[in-house]
Amino acid sequence: MKEYFSNIYTALVTIFIGMKVTLKHLFVPSVTIQYPDVKPELPERERNRLYVNMDDCIGCDQCARACPVSCIQIETTKALPAEDLGKTSNGKKKALWVTGFTIDFSKCCYCQLCVFPCPTDCIYMTDVYEFSEYQRDDLIFDFVTLTPEERQQKRDNLAKFNAEKEAEKLKAAAESKPKIETEQKKDQPKE
Amino acid sequence: MMYDFFVDLFGNTVIAGIASGILMSLLPLFLFILPYALFAVLAERKVSAHMQDRLGPMRIGWHGWNQTIADIIKLIQKEDIVASDTDKPLFNFAPVLVFAGSYAAFAAIPFSSYYIGSEVDLGIFYIIAVTGLVVAGILMAGWASNNKYSLLGSMRSVAQIVSYEIPTMLVVLSLVMVSETMSLHTLSEMQTGYFWNWYIFGGPGFSLTKFLLIPSMLIGFIIIYISTLAEVNRVPFDIPEAESELVAGYHTEYSGMKFAMFFLAEYANMYAVSAIVAALFFGGYQSPVGYLGNLLGVEWLIPIEQFLWFAAKGLFFVFVQMWLRWTLPRLRVDQLMAVSWKYLIPIAFVNLIVIGFITLI
Repeated sequence: MKEYFSNIYTALVTIFIGMKVTLKHLFVPSVTIQYPDVKPELPERERNRLYVNMDDCIGCDQCARACPVSCIQIETTKALPAEDLGKTSNGKKKALWVTGFTIDFSKCCYCQLCVFPCPTDCIYMTDVYEFSEYQRDDLIFDFVTLTPEERQQKRDNLAKFNAEKEAEKLKAAAESKPKIETEQKKDQPKE
Repeated sequence: MMYDFFVDLFGNTVIAGIASGILMSLLPLFLFILPYALFAVLAERKVSAHMQDRLGPMRIGWHGWNQTIADIIKLIQKEDIVASDTDKPLFNFAPVLVFAGSYAAFAAIPFSSYYIGSEVDLGIFYIIAVTGLVVAGILMAGWASNNKYSLLGSMRSVAQIVSYEIPTMLVVLSLVMVSETMSLHTLSEMQTGYFWNWYIFGGPGFSLTKFLLIPSMLIGFIIIYISTLAEVNRVPFDIPEAESELVAGYHTEYSGMKFAMFFLAEYANMYAVSAIVAALFFGGYQSPVGYLGNLLGVEWLIPIEQFLWFAAKGLFFVFVQMWLRWTLPRLRVDQLMAVSWKYLIPIAFVNLIVIGFITLI
């Protein structure tokens, strides 16, 4: 009998305690962030999508070599001696046209290992994390600032320059040592 | 009732007849139950969200106030799926029966002194009887669905509703003994004046019986509130629908508008039981502090004020139901039966006898 009434008492009291707690929470400001409208504040050193500042890139390929998943592809073209590419913001001389710089974000593991070796600090993490795509190919980002025609032009310029240099060399060689000429010609395709 | 009000207002019997006829038939459904259900569904989501420090629906309209309208539009567009092995006549009839049962209860609920769907002398008796249809509808839905979860849910629901009707009726009976009437309208009229005339405070008059009745009435109120909570399958008595155990209970197999009818019936029921509690113990449509209409000398304002008071009282108890829902965990089946048979019924019975003796004095 005693247990019976203490049961009733405990039940009522605990219900009222619980109701007090929930009522208090009714007036506590909510913790929800209205995501697409309001974005949460990211922590410092947050690792998200990479960005490459091509004005500073010297095409040294160190980031591509540091990448554990090989998602960075860099193609460089030598500048002609007559061309002056200027300097990077921290005073390094640029000697190469970067004609290809793609990062495949479907492979990227956001480890930030590419950021540290960069001598000019031109590759770094941004706070952009919303870049999903319907096609995998759309996740390959091209950072080169040159247009495709310009890139082709740089390659052609170099090829022309090399060919001219080669022709000159050959001419000079032919004049001095005509005997070796044939052997050199044989080796040429292998180079 | 309504007719008299319009005769007073327009002074023309023809207009009064037409207006009261339209209002009488449409008010409960279109002017009250539907807007109320829309509001209550949103309120439930908002209350639950804020009790859990969330925001709830926010995207449709200001703070998501259009959310339920969008949901209803979606439900209307949905395909009405009837599984091939269901018992089709019963399956199709069950939601109608459940909704009819809860809607019919509104006929005898006095919304204001000038508005009561049907002023039957056996008002409270009629309400308890007609809500019995809901039990049949739920069992029908569970059986016809040919689904083990539905059947389990509906059997639990029936066992629960039948058990909890007993304490409800014992409390109603004790109130009928005190007030000597079964008409909810008369009952509300008796509690006129200020809030100390409500039955929770011992009823009208100023005598020894009034003060002796207060503890019994308090106990009666708690019992009827708990048992009506169980009758409408609300948490902590929601084992018929127990989402985590039974998918959705008896309406697992329903989709589209048939599901919407169950949903509407559930919310209509919530208000119906809250209204009964308000009418029995909290003065029905009577204002606790007097009327603005009396103060300003505007006669026609009083029934409208009464309607607002009644709606407010009902909505407050609906809010308490939601509040409890987000506070308490679900009961086990044996605990559920123990609460009814071992606690509520004996106490309600003793309470009934005590009230009987007090009224004899």
